[in-house]
Amino acid sequence: MSPANGKEGTAFHISLNKCECKNTNRLSSPPAKMIHSLFLVNSSGDIFLEKHWKSVVSRSVCDYFFEAQERASEPENVPPVIPTPHHYLISVLRHRIYFVAVIQSEVPPLFVIEFLHRVVDTFQDYFGVCTEAAIKDNVVVVYELLEEMLDNGFPLATESNILKELIKPPTILRTVVNTITGSTNVGEQLPTGQLSVVPWRRTGVKYTNNEAYFDVVEEIDAIIDKSGSTITAEIQGVVDACVKLTGMPDLTLSFMNPRLLDDVSFHPCVRFKRWEAERILSFIPPDGNFRLLSYHVSSQNLVAIPVYVKHSITFREGSSQGRFELTLGPKQTMGKGVEAVLVSSQLPRGVLNTNLNPSQGTYTFDPVTKLLSWDVGKINPQKLPSLKGSMSLQTGASKPDENPTINIQFKIQQSALSGLKVNRLDMYGEKYKPFKGIKYMTKAGKFQVRT
Amino acid sequence: MTDSKYFTTTKKGEIFELKAELNSDKKEKKKEAVKKVIASMTVGKDVSALFPDVVNCMQTDNLELKKLVYLYLMNYAKSQPDMAIMAVNTFVKDCEDPNPLIRALAVRTMGCIRVDKITEYLCEPLRKCLKDEDPYVRKTAAVCVAKLHDINAQLVEDQGFLDTLKDLISDSNPMVVANAVAALSEIAESHPNSNLLDLNPQSINKLLTALNECTEWGQIFILDCLANYAPRDDRESQSICERVTPRLSHANSAVVLSAVKVLMKFMEMLPKDLDYYGTLLKKLAPPLVTLLSAEPELQYVALRNINLIVQKRPEILKHEMKVFFVKYNDPIYVKLEKLDIMIRLASQANIAQVLAELKEYATEVDVDFVRKAVRAIGRCAIKVEQSAERCVSTLLDLIQTKVNYVVQEAIVVIKDIFRKYPNKYESVIATLCENLDSLDEPEARAAMIWIVGEYAERIDNADELLESFLEGFHDESTQVQLQLLTAIVKLFLKKPTETQELVQQVLSLATQDSDNPDLRDRGYIYWRLLSTDPVAAKEVVLAEKPLISEETDLIEPTLLEELICHIGTLASVYHKPPSAFVEGSRGVMHKRLPARTGSGESTESPDVGAAAGGSVPEAAPSVIPSQGDLLGDLLNLDLGPPSSTGPPPSSSGSMGGMDLLGGGLDSLLGGDIGGSPAMGAGFGVAPAVMPASLNAPMGGGLGDLFDLGGGVGMPMGAYVPPKTVWLPAMKAKGLEISGTFARRAGVIQMELTLTNKAMSVMTDFAIQFNRNSFGLAPAGPLQVLSPLNPNQTIEVSLPLSTVGPVMKMEPLNNLQVAVKNNIDVFYFSCQYPISMLFVEDGKMERQVFLATWKDIPNENESQFQIKDCHLNSDAVSNKLGASNIFTIAKRTVDGQDMLYMSIKLSNGIWVLSELRVQAGNPNYTISLKCRAPEVSQCVFQSYEAVLKN
Repeated sequence: MSPANGKEGTAFHISLNKCECKNTNRLSSPPAKMIHSLFLVNSSGDIFLEKHWKSVVSRSVCDYFFEAQERASEPENVPPVIPTPHHYLISVLRHRIYFVAVIQSEVPPLFVIEFLHRVVDTFQDYFGVCTEAAIKDNVVVVYELLEEMLDNGFPLATESNILKELIKPPTILRTVVNTITGSTNVGEQLPTGQLSVVPWRRTGVKYTNNEAYFDVVEEIDAIIDKSGSTITAEIQGVVDACVKLTGMPDLTLSFMNPRLLDDVSFHPCVRFKRWEAERILSFIPPDGNFRLLSYHVSSQNLVAIPVYVKHSITFREGSSQGRFELTLGPKQTMGKGVEAVLVSSQLPRGVLNTNLNPSQGTYTFDPVTKLLSWDVGKINPQKLPSLKGSMSLQTGASKPDENPTINIQFKIQQSALSGLKVNRLDMYGEKYKPFKGIKYMTKAGKFQVRT
Repeated sequence: MTDSKYFTTTKKGEIFELKAELNSDKKEKKKEAVKKVIASMTVGKDVSALFPDVVNCMQTDNLELKKLVYLYLMNYAKSQPDMAIMAVNTFVKDCEDPNPLIRALAVRTMGCIRVDKITEYLCEPLRKCLKDEDPYVRKTAAVCVAKLHDINAQLVEDQGFLDTLKDLISDSNPMVVANAVAALSEIAESHPNSNLLDLNPQSINKLLTALNECTEWGQIFILDCLANYAPRDDRESQSICERVTPRLSHANSAVVLSAVKVLMKFMEMLPKDLDYYGTLLKKLAPPLVTLLSAEPELQYVALRNINLIVQKRPEILKHEMKVFFVKYNDPIYVKLEKLDIMIRLASQANIAQVLAELKEYATEVDVDFVRKAVRAIGRCAIKVEQSAERCVSTLLDLIQTKVNYVVQEAIVVIKDIFRKYPNKYESVIATLCENLDSLDEPEARAAMIWIVGEYAERIDNADELLESFLEGFHDESTQVQLQLLTAIVKLFLKKPTETQELVQQVLSLATQDSDNPDLRDRGYIYWRLLSTDPVAAKEVVLAEKPLISEETDLIEPTLLEELICHIGTLASVYHKPPSAFVEGSRGVMHKRLPARTGSGESTESPDVGAAAGGSVPEAAPSVIPSQGDLLGDLLNLDLGPPSSTGPPPSSSGSMGGMDLLGGGLDSLLGGDIGGSPAMGAGFGVAPAVMPASLNAPMGGGLGDLFDLGGGVGMPMGAYVPPKTVWLPAMKAKGLEISGTFARRAGVIQMELTLTNKAMSVMTDFAIQFNRNSFGLAPAGPLQVLSPLNPNQTIEVSLPLSTVGPVMKMEPLNNLQVAVKNNIDVFYFSCQYPISMLFVEDGKMERQVFLATWKDIPNENESQFQIKDCHLNSDAVSNKLGASNIFTIAKRTVDGQDMLYMSIKLSNGIWVLSELRVQAGNPNYTISLKCRAPEVSQCVFQSYEAVLKN
């Protein structure tokens, strides 16, 4: 959308005093590329930080965002791209903060969204949490970071390794030391990784204990229909790494069953050619925590469903009572225990209250939001957990017609649901022997059972 | 200790206190003070008053303090330009600092200070930094060129920075290459005609090499730049694809989508039987699916793009239906997009699954979502014939739930199902009628009324039902009023005996008590039809309606082509042409496909102006005298005294209804309408198309009336048509404009005659065009040098270019013009002969012609007759050749000459034709083939015009 020429819709437009001028001069100001400004907005709709990379854009541009926020029934329903007469607002919602980027012309929206995610990750990395309080407490560091991350709308340094060399994260100790010695938390040296062939790793890394840990974490998303059959199920997996190795280690990681991984996204450090040819991950790792790869096991493959639910939620016509029965059990868990089970469900609006008995754990029902949640804990295959009882409805109200969906969260330790297994991890390029460790875990993502 | 301390204020003036601290001798105190200033700045407080004090802190060897001061400078320099000059020296000095970090920081900050005076001082340091030995400095400097260009483009060109920037594309460091590409792309966008990014196989190779090594953001810039390249042949195209494919596995979704764009575009060049083509198709699916497991905001953008991809190449995702199933806790904007794609992917193979899902969704809580789900069931029925029965029964189940908005939505879609499968599911009408009272939304009411009218003969109490609607006629929305009018007329034609009173009532309500011109016009049209020729009325109103098409919301193919070339951009999110986003810069045309002819037609366009406006007659400002008179006639009608009795209807009324009409209707009809039966028949077109415009109910009478005259208004006279009056003096305060169009020596000219019929002198003439189908725009100002005295006439020739903004017009060759003089601005519209857009290099190679002819699908072919033309085939060929219609080959079969001809339009569209001339027969047959078949009609008219003059 071109700024300030009001040529929207089909209205016939003519700029009278400029009739004579040539076509090229139609814009009143040159189009500004990329991210123009950033506003941080909290859940109550206050702007608590603004940053402009070019000229200052008035806060009033956020009014369009607030309008959309008001229209949205839930905070997460605010549309991510909002057009305004002269700008576009692209926003993400993270940690209950909206990060609203203002752009003035054609910019790839994913580019902006990815960048905003990077900003969130960086804040989290620097301050431990990404909250309004943490950002306000570190406002100068935040400003320094934002300035370092984007130049004229072009991303400059977004790798946490490099940023940390440029701007030291605040710690209590450092603040104390700085005050005593008068030194600063801005690096004086050009970050070494910035231009090398391995921009993600700094040089001169030293550790006394050399260790490399990998976590294989899988999340299962599934929709189960009322009869218990799977409508769709897929696994989102990641391999997160924490690598603290001296020098320039060159690692290779191989899997027992790499053919599971046909849909993968890699950290830039992974040598793609080698993977294509040999299905081996070969890489010089960044220093510290990073996500080595994420993968997706699609609904085409058969995905094991680790738990089952038996449910019966019934209302009788003309009665003000309803029956509620729910039983959980393990299904395909590969012999591992299912833990940290949490069941939640949005009951129909007509339900006034519930009177239920859990065989284990605790349950709550919020009569205002109608949210039922049952903290089950561990599933004991010998004694299946159940939740039974009655629901009371408004007297005289008709039988509710919506069918509540049951959401289930759980964890299974020491197993990756897809069956993915690491074969071996080798290190080249350095002499020492590192500690190595691999952990597996399965979690429920969006695991829904329809009733 | 945290930064929040910087926000605490004291009672004494905050600014005053900061000022004191900034001027402190102690370094530590200074730094703390600057931090406080920055903190205030971040929350939007105005601390610009401290400018000189902060700038004084700039000369320091403390890097953090320096950075903070720079931050401050960037924010406030613009408001204090004179003060900002004070900082220049330090900048220049810093650009020579031994520490590359400081050099880069200085050049970066200087570029951000948008003060003209400073930019002059920036040139020398920038030149040095562009050639700096340290790549970090070079890459920062590259971006700085773009910044400087933004402030002062001329300066950048004069200083030769653009060439230096082009050289950086060959830099040894991939980050520098990426930044140079980014900077050049940005600059190129404000210079649409420059070939800054002159891509050739060598530079492409460099970019592809850099692609592997630069940062993720750099990869996006390079991929977006690659997408603009036009490979020479399919081999080059394949080799680029091969080198881009690994990007599909990148963790950054923006990189993935940019790579998808490059692949989707270059794939177009690959032969479909190539193995690699199939491999590529397979490789595209997983990354797209992966995007859907990302955060919801990313999913949304991905889904909007997938929507385009499945329209272009449904085979990529045809097996992935399940990933589009909606999850209970998806945000609403993701749910709605997923639904759309589910319908696009629905096929006989998966329809059972899809329907089961949709039925599930229809019981959810969110109203918008439920509505769309119900609508989706209807669309499935229309798309997959085998499922229609199940869809209808699902919809009936949903109607039984009696949830108000579900019922209304279901009725709207059932109406469409009736349109698609007539005489199949009418048994459900009874169920629908039960819900009549609960309908409160205009669309649902209109749909129900349509159903009652359409099937009036099967509904016993149709008249009662319609009558009940009629009671509150004036409170209904236009949509419902129009529908009610039509439905009652239908009812009358089907059951004339019982409904005479009803039809009179509705006609008088529509024509005499309504302010709405659409409604009034439609009322008069029916009235006239019924009174002049009831048989014709029956034929027109109860004509068999064309079946509605399977997919009503597909994006127009040329727009789709264009959007595919812009995957990942805002244009792709809004499904609008990129020109709607960046005025002045023109979208990248797809290489192998014809350029776009229309735009802004996206059915899902969120552009409220266009969507809500519906088809409100665009022609309003146009002045076409003959039609104006026609309209005048029609409107004059209700001025005539209703008591006057007209001549008896010309038709003797073979139909019973006519007699029953008796004098009742007649007496209602004022004026001598009966005298013009031909006109009545002409108007009959309006109701016939009416049901098709159910969804755009505003497209009623007035719009149709203007369309009617469209063909007549077309200049038929000569190759250079004689001048016609475009703007009569009475409509333009004494200025009369007549004119025509011509193509002379390859230049399109608008030849105007301006006559001053007013009493005063006219000066200051200027002209501007509205956006139009072929981007016509004045190439220069209107040359009226001397003032135009009363009664003086002047001839002006205005050269036109075809690079203006594009918007599809109806008719295609319509041009809306605004002319301004010292008195006022006047608007008129005119139509240009499309032949003036035929360019000189329109002669196609024989082989290419043959291949193209075969390649264009047969449904794009249209046939016309040219009557009464007495030329032999050679004369025809010569005559057409003079108008840039080139004969490529001639064949004689059975005494019939076949001429094969090609035309190229100024926007790159090719029109191929075959003209058959038989000796002794004055009627020629012509077949036109074109990838944009909408131009065929206009082109044919040009043929006729050229041949007959």
